[in-house]
Amino acid sequence: MTGVDVPAPGRMLDLISGFVHELRAAGLPVSMTENLDAMRALEYIAVDDRAAFKTALAATLVKHADHEKVFNVLFDVYFALQPFAFDDEDEDGPGGRPGGGVPVPGSMPGGGAGGDASPEALAAMLMRAILDPDALRRFAAAAVTRHAGMEPGRPVGGTYYLYRTLRALDLDSLLDRLMEQIAAERGGFADELEERLAREELAARIERLREEVEAEIRRRLVADRGPEAMARSLRVKLPEDVEFMHASREEMAALQRAIGPLARALAARLAMRRRRHHRGQLDFRATVRRSLSYGGVPADPRFRRPHPSKPEIMVVADISGSVASFARFTLQLVHALASQFSRVRSFVFIDGIDEVTAFFEGNADLGDAVKRINTEADVVWVDGHSDYGHAFEVFHQKWGSEVTPKTSVIILGDARNNYHASQSWVLAELRKRARHLYWIDPEPAAYWNTGDSVIGDYAQYCDGVYECRNLRQLERFVEAVIES
Amino acid sequence: MAERFVSVDAVQEALRRVDYLADPSTAGVVFLADRLEKPVLVEGPAGVGKTELAKAIAATTGSRLIRLQCYEGLDESKALYEWNYKTQLLRIQADREHERDWETVESDIFSETFLLTRPLLEAIRADEPVVLLIDEVDRVEIETEALLLEVLSDFQVSVPELGTITAVRRPIVVLTSNNTRELSEALKRRCLFLHLDYPDAEREQEIVRVRVPGIDATLADQIARVVRSIRQLDLKKAPSISETIDWARTLVHLGVEKVTPDVVGGTLHVLLKYQRDIERANKELKVAEA
Repeated sequence: MTGVDVPAPGRMLDLISGFVHELRAAGLPVSMTENLDAMRALEYIAVDDRAAFKTALAATLVKHADHEKVFNVLFDVYFALQPFAFDDEDEDGPGGRPGGGVPVPGSMPGGGAGGDASPEALAAMLMRAILDPDALRRFAAAAVTRHAGMEPGRPVGGTYYLYRTLRALDLDSLLDRLMEQIAAERGGFADELEERLAREELAARIERLREEVEAEIRRRLVADRGPEAMARSLRVKLPEDVEFMHASREEMAALQRAIGPLARALAARLAMRRRRHHRGQLDFRATVRRSLSYGGVPADPRFRRPHPSKPEIMVVADISGSVASFARFTLQLVHALASQFSRVRSFVFIDGIDEVTAFFEGNADLGDAVKRINTEADVVWVDGHSDYGHAFEVFHQKWGSEVTPKTSVIILGDARNNYHASQSWVLAELRKRARHLYWIDPEPAAYWNTGDSVIGDYAQYCDGVYECRNLRQLERFVEAVIES
Repeated sequence: MAERFVSVDAVQEALRRVDYLADPSTAGVVFLADRLEKPVLVEGPAGVGKTELAKAIAATTGSRLIRLQCYEGLDESKALYEWNYKTQLLRIQADREHERDWETVESDIFSETFLLTRPLLEAIRADEPVVLLIDEVDRVEIETEALLLEVLSDFQVSVPELGTITAVRRPIVVLTSNNTRELSEALKRRCLFLHLDYPDAEREQEIVRVRVPGIDATLADQIARVVRSIRQLDLKKAPSISETIDWARTLVHLGVEKVTPDVVGGTLHVLLKYQRDIERANKELKVAEA
C-alpha cells in the first residue's frame, strides 16, 4: 500500500490543524495539548508510513473508543490515498502527486484499464476478490470506475454512487452464489458448524468489500472536491448525538451497541453515589461505646448506614411507529438499571394499553423482550393510531390505584394525539398520587404544541417535561430522576 | 534516559520474543509512549491482554513491574506514600530523655526512614528501569483520579514534609480500563490512548499456537474461527483470549484433532461462563448439548 506523500513541514502543520479542526467540528474533544502531542509524535515516526502515521494521530487525538469510527472516516478524507488507478504497474511507488496526498482537483482519476473491463470479467474478478483479500481494493476501484458513473463536479452525494455500484454488484445474492461455489469445490460441508463458519466469514468479506467501495468513492470525491468540502458533507454524528427519530439502520445498530455499556456505567455511578450520599442518623449506642475510649467524651460520633430509598418506577411508553425506537431504547435502559430501583413496571400503548413488565423479568434478554412487546402486547384498540387520551383513561382504570407516593411515573411519547381528546385529567389525578410525574419527548422542543401535538395540555400536570432526542439527553434524564 | 526501542518494528519484534503478539497499532503506541515519555491508557473488554501488555513490556525491557491495583476507596496512603506513625511514636518516646527541641524531633521523624512508599512513589524513586502498571483505573472514584495526575504528567510526587520527589528515570506507565465509567478529561489528556479489541481470527490463531505449544496448525485455525463466530453472538460475556487458550489446551488434552459440533457442545463451558450464554451458543451453533 502506498504512503502519504510527504509534504513540506509548513504544509503538514496546516494539514494537521485542518484535521483537528474537523475532528472538533464532528464533536470530538481535542485539546491544545493533544494537538501538540500529535505534532511531537510525528517527529518520531516516518510520515510516509501511512499505518504508523495513523496510529500516531489516533493515539494522541482520540481518547474514546466510540470516536474511532469518526476519526477513521475523517482521516481517510484528509489524508486521502490516491484513488486507485486501476493499472497494475501503478500499484507500488507512492506516486509523485504534489501537495499532501490531495490530488489535483478537477480531474477525475481512476479511469484506467478497469474502466473497460467487461461485466463478465468483472463478475469473475469479484469472485476472486472476495476469496483473496489483497485483490479486494483493486476490485473495488474497478467496480466504482465501471458502475458508479462518477463525473467531476457533479453535485451528487456519495450515497448515490454507492447505491449505484452496489446495485450493479448485487451483493445480496453474492453470498449464496459463493456458498454454492465453495460447497461444490469442497464437495459439501462436513457439518453445519463448518457451513456456518464459512458463511459468516464470507459475509464479513462482503462487508469489507462494501466498505472498500465506500472508501474508494470517498477518495474520488475528495480528489474532485477537496478535503474540506468533503469533510463538511460527511460530518458523522457520534452515537450519543444521533437523534432517535431520524436514525438510519446503521446508526440504530450503533445505538444498540452503545446502550449496554451506557447502562452499566450509569448503574455503577449511581450505586457509588447512593452509597456515599450523606450519612444516616446518629447511632447512639455505637457512639456511647466509642466514647469509652475517650473517657466518656463522645468525641467520635457514629452514624447509622443510611437506608436509601429506591424509587419505584412506572414507565408508560407510546410505541407507535414514529416514536417506537425511542421507546425501545428507553425501556431497555430503564430495565438494564432495574437494580437501582425498588421496582420497575412498564406499560406500552398505541391506542390501547398493556403491561409488559413480565417480558423483562428474571434473566430475560432485553432484545428478546423488545421483540415480544412488538408481537405479543395488546396495544391496538381501534385503528392503531396513537390515542393518548384513551390509553391514559384505561391506565387509570386498571392500574391507577397502584400508583403510590413512592412511585415515579415516566411517560414517553411525542404527545401527537391525532386530534383525539387529551383526557389530561388523568395526569392531574396521577400527579396527586405519585411521587413524581415526568414526561420525556423525543421531539425537538421547537416542535412541541405544533400540529396535533398536545404536550402543553399534559405538561401543566407534570413535574417536568424533558426533551430527549438522543442518548446523551436520555442519560442525563435518567440520572436526574434517580437523584430526585 | 537510554532509548529502549529503535522503531515500531523493533517493539513488535521484542514483544513477540516474550510471546506477546502485538498488532502494528499496539506496537506503534508503545513505541510512541517510550519516545514521548507519556503514559498509555489501554482500554478494551476484559481479557484482551491489557494487563498482559504491561507485563510483556516489563519482560522485554528487563524492567521491574510495579503494579497499582485500583479499587473503590483507594486513597493517597495506599497509592502514594504513608508516614509510618507507629515507628514515629516509638522514636519520639525513645528521644524523651535527650530533651531535644521540637524542630530537631520534627525533622527527625519526617525523614525518609519513616516514609512508607506505595506503588506510585516507588515507581518514581526507583533507579532501575521500571514499568508502572495502574490496573483498572476506572474503578477509583473520579476524585481519586486527581492523585494520579501529578505523577502522570510530571513524573513527580509532592510530599509536604519532604518537598517534591522527581523521577530519577521516567518509568513506562501503562493504565488499563474496562470502561465501566468515563475517565476524566484531565486524565485522558495526559495519556496516549490505545483501544484493544478482540484480535481477528488469524492473529488469534497465532496467539493460540504460541501459547499452546505442540498444537496442530489446522486445529488452532479451527479454534480461532469458532471463537470468532461465538463472539458475534449477543452474549453476556464474550470469550476472552485467555479463555480461547484454555479451550485450546483442553482440546489438546482431550486429544481432539478436529473441531466438530459434538466437541464444541461438550467443551463450551470452558469458553462461556454463563448458563444463558452457553444455551444461546448451543442454539445458534446447533451443536449437541453436553
